Amino acid sequence: MEGKIFDIKRFALNDGPGIRTTVFFKGCPLKCSWCHNPESISTKIEEFEQVRELGGQRFSSIQTIGKIISSDSLLSELSKDEQFFQQSEGGITFSGGEPMLQVEFLSDIITKCKNKNYNVVIDTAGFCKQADFDHILDQVDLFLYDIKIIDEKKHMDYTGVSNSVVLRNLEFILDKGANVIIRVPIIPDINNEDQDLKLLEEYLIDKKDRIREIHFLPFHNAAESKYKRFNKDYDLNGIKSQNPQELIDIKERFESKGFNVMIGGL
Amino acid sequence: MNIRINKLRNQSLQAINKLSTERAELLTEFYKSDEAQNCSIPVKRALAFKYILENKKICINEGELIVGERGPEPKATPTYPEVSLHSLDDLEILDQREKVSFKVDAVVKSLYESSIIPFWKGNSNRDKIMFQMAPEWIEAYKAGIFTEFQEQRAPGHTVLGDKIYKKGISDILVDITEARKGIALNEKERQEELKAMEIAAQSIVNYAHRNASELEKLAIKEKDEDRKKELLEMACVCRQVPENSPKTFHEALQYYWFVHIGVIIEVNPWDSFNPGRLDQHLLPFYKNDIEKGILTKERAKELLMSFWIKFNNQPAPPKMGVTAKESNTYTDFALINLGGLKHDGTDAVNELSFLILDVIEEMRLLQPSSMVQISKKNPDEFIKRTLHITKTGFGQPSYFNTDAIVEELVNQGKDIVDARNGGASGCVEAGAFGTEAYWLTGYFNIPKVLEITLHNGFDPKTGKKLGVETGELDTFDTFDKLMSAFKVQMKNFLDIKVEGNRRIETIIMKELPVPFLSLFIDDCIGWAKDYNSGGARYNTSYIQGVGLGSITDSLTSIKYQVYDRKNISLEELVLATDCNFKGYEELRYNLIYETPRFGNDDEYADENAVKVFDILYEAVNGLETPRGGTFRVNLLPTTCHVYFGQVMQASVDGRKDGEPLSEGISPVQGADKNGPTAVVNSMLKIDHTKTGGTLLNQKFAPQFFSTEDGIIKLMHLIRTYFNQLGHHIQFNVVDADTLREAQKHPEKYQDLIVRVAGYSDYFNDLTVELQEEIIHRTAHCGM
Repeated sequence: MEGKIFDIKRFALNDGPGIRTTVFFKGCPLKCSWCHNPESISTKIEEFEQVRELGGQRFSSIQTIGKIISSDSLLSELSKDEQFFQQSEGGITFSGGEPMLQVEFLSDIITKCKNKNYNVVIDTAGFCKQADFDHILDQVDLFLYDIKIIDEKKHMDYTGVSNSVVLRNLEFILDKGANVIIRVPIIPDINNEDQDLKLLEEYLIDKKDRIREIHFLPFHNAAESKYKRFNKDYDLNGIKSQNPQELIDIKERFESKGFNVMIGGL
Repeated sequence: MNIRINKLRNQSLQAINKLSTERAELLTEFYKSDEAQNCSIPVKRALAFKYILENKKICINEGELIVGERGPEPKATPTYPEVSLHSLDDLEILDQREKVSFKVDAVVKSLYESSIIPFWKGNSNRDKIMFQMAPEWIEAYKAGIFTEFQEQRAPGHTVLGDKIYKKGISDILVDITEARKGIALNEKERQEELKAMEIAAQSIVNYAHRNASELEKLAIKEKDEDRKKELLEMACVCRQVPENSPKTFHEALQYYWFVHIGVIIEVNPWDSFNPGRLDQHLLPFYKNDIEKGILTKERAKELLMSFWIKFNNQPAPPKMGVTAKESNTYTDFALINLGGLKHDGTDAVNELSFLILDVIEEMRLLQPSSMVQISKKNPDEFIKRTLHITKTGFGQPSYFNTDAIVEELVNQGKDIVDARNGGASGCVEAGAFGTEAYWLTGYFNIPKVLEITLHNGFDPKTGKKLGVETGELDTFDTFDKLMSAFKVQMKNFLDIKVEGNRRIETIIMKELPVPFLSLFIDDCIGWAKDYNSGGARYNTSYIQGVGLGSITDSLTSIKYQVYDRKNISLEELVLATDCNFKGYEELRYNLIYETPRFGNDDEYADENAVKVFDILYEAVNGLETPRGGTFRVNLLPTTCHVYFGQVMQASVDGRKDGEPLSEGISPVQGADKNGPTAVVNSMLKIDHTKTGGTLLNQKFAPQFFSTEDGIIKLMHLIRTYFNQLGHHIQFNVVDADTLREAQKHPEKYQDLIVRVAGYSDYFNDLTVELQEEIIHRTAHCGM
């Protein structure tokens, strides 16, 4: 079976336990204005001109973003770091884009990874059919499940889709006993107001015992140059990364409610 | 650290590196004396050693606990005219050069002019070596195909085992007497060697007593009652050791230090000398003293810190010319080993290993260097603690794989217990401590050999014919034919190097015995044979291959661009390097960005590294040396990759004229794009256990170390590399911006120490090229 990915990153340290290789799937149903992987959104294979300087001269070359890969060749690429996975109890993280968008391919490659005993993590925004989770649920060691905004309208405005599916799916996989870490990107002026945090807290409080941890991810505008490179418009130009203290305050707020909280991913 | 240590540390940091003629004067006086005439060379060397120790100034620094300076004061650095004589021009250069300079005052210059130079001119070991080298050796040496370690320095590079912790000099003298019983009277050479050893042994005891007397004198004058008491205790220590075996922690440290000072006064060994497995040797004394209530943990730390400062007070003797270029540093490569395995193969990490790590972290000194040995049997806590020191951006300690070292040494035919008692010294070199004389003979410029192959035996830099004619470019219709020509050329230059080494070794065996060092390395006394003549249990001579990344990328470029893709002819590719890529900028871009490169876990490129390694290994490994030793290879550069780059024109991997080569086994600077696991996998394609050491340098942004989780993942990176028998890895934890800032404002970054290549150095003391190179090494910013 074949799938569409746009990157494989080895020695990924923030995407789950141990030393991991992260596979980035191409295509995402959400269009978050702060997305730091703008090249991941379209399901199409895109081309862009890469300009590099060498010895005072500029050279340009055409780079493609995205490639079709078979699950077998993907597996052989992933197995290069098998020794590191074994040593560190690490493995593979499927991210994107939205890996759930190619659930059959995902299921195929996950099965192959599990046959080799790799730890499997899915980094998802949860916008897919509930049945898609059924395909993979019992093979996934951990979900990194993104919740961006609780307010339905705001969610629509900033991501382009409704969050009711996202929240329903979360409840579904929690009910099925999945191992879940909630990831919340904190974006200045978008979801960092007291009201946003209050809603989030209210939504999560009854799921506290079933959620392993909450990770609050600080916003950084490192993506700005990436948008420029890929010739894409960036709505958040000029927004500053937030004060580290803000994240610490949020962390403490949720800790005081009995959540396990971390800043900045695993 | 307490006030006393802080003061001593500052004194050491602020002391100016300067040249001292004390040793050269005393040596010359002795060589001119009647006593020096008509005795055998070993005895003459021993008597000279005695004369120097009897007459040199005794220096006791205020507040210090361990005594003994090589020169008349900290960082006053002696010269060794019998090994290599500095000319007046050399002195001028040493004084004036921007990096690694030594202040030379007018008195020194005039003494050199009036007495040192006239006496030693034409008689130094260096002169003798240069006189005996074959013309092809001289030409290759001048062209920068290889360097020669023994050109300005005596062979050193050995490490002490546990002998001194069990035996005092008086016991060693008994051993000498015993050894003499087995030797016939007419075995003149061996008799003379033992006689020389005896003289040397007694000299160090006398020197210790001179220190004791000075301490007693100071005690009389001392107003502070505590210090007075301390001075008297120190005097007692110096009367106890080295004459007798040490009984306390303090005595053990002081004994080692006297031996260290003796070794580096006797001659200027490269690398200097090294206590090796310090946490193992000191543990019984530490435990015993604590039990008896005569030592506290705090006092042990203070003593260790005072000991640390003594190393920092002894910069490497002033180097000139090629030697300065290949090892451009004040550090003299004493490498403290911690952790590893006990002689019975069990985990050797103990409470002192951790205490010494505390000392390393607090002292942050250039010298001594430090490393941790890590075996599968060592606990995770030990690695994690060390990573917390690495995190601070001080390039120490580095990480070594005990299991690989043991396998390397056993592969060389060494006894398993001797192997476990070993470790690494210098930069990364594996050795059996206390039983091996392992000489490093010089660096070998592998990429330069390809440059010569691509010019049919001629050096394009000078137009001189240096190699054999292995064929014009149009005769290489396949990549394999080119590889065969390269192999012939490699063999040719390695043969020249080996032949040169043999002649040099023969000269050193005769002219430069080291009876003092021989006292401490087994089995020199038993054989009545000098360390420099094959008296050690194991004798090894290494040739250090340089530029594995550069040569691999060069060969891969040719294979990919010329033979597989047929994008360019070999002639045109070589032409592009001849004109330093002028008019071939796009080609250069393609070589750098569109060609497979070493260090990315890409078999296409990595297989060429294996081929090169096999050529080097097969040409050298197992050849015999005159002292009964064996030639072997290792892969490390110190700073020689910069010099070797300077002697080369542009190369087919896109490197421009004069730019540095890759260092150690690391990928070409910036060529590794797939992160550290890919680098590690590439490095594991060569068989480290066939070498005596490899060097892998990885630069990390500090964020990698910012959480405990990050530390644990780095530990697993090390463990995975080591499980598969990688030899060594070191981390530079700095971001490029910091380094740029340091270049602009050196005054604000005087304490910035970075990992160079097997050792750490002050960033400000590096040449601009080397600074640039460190900045360019890929920073793995994965956060």
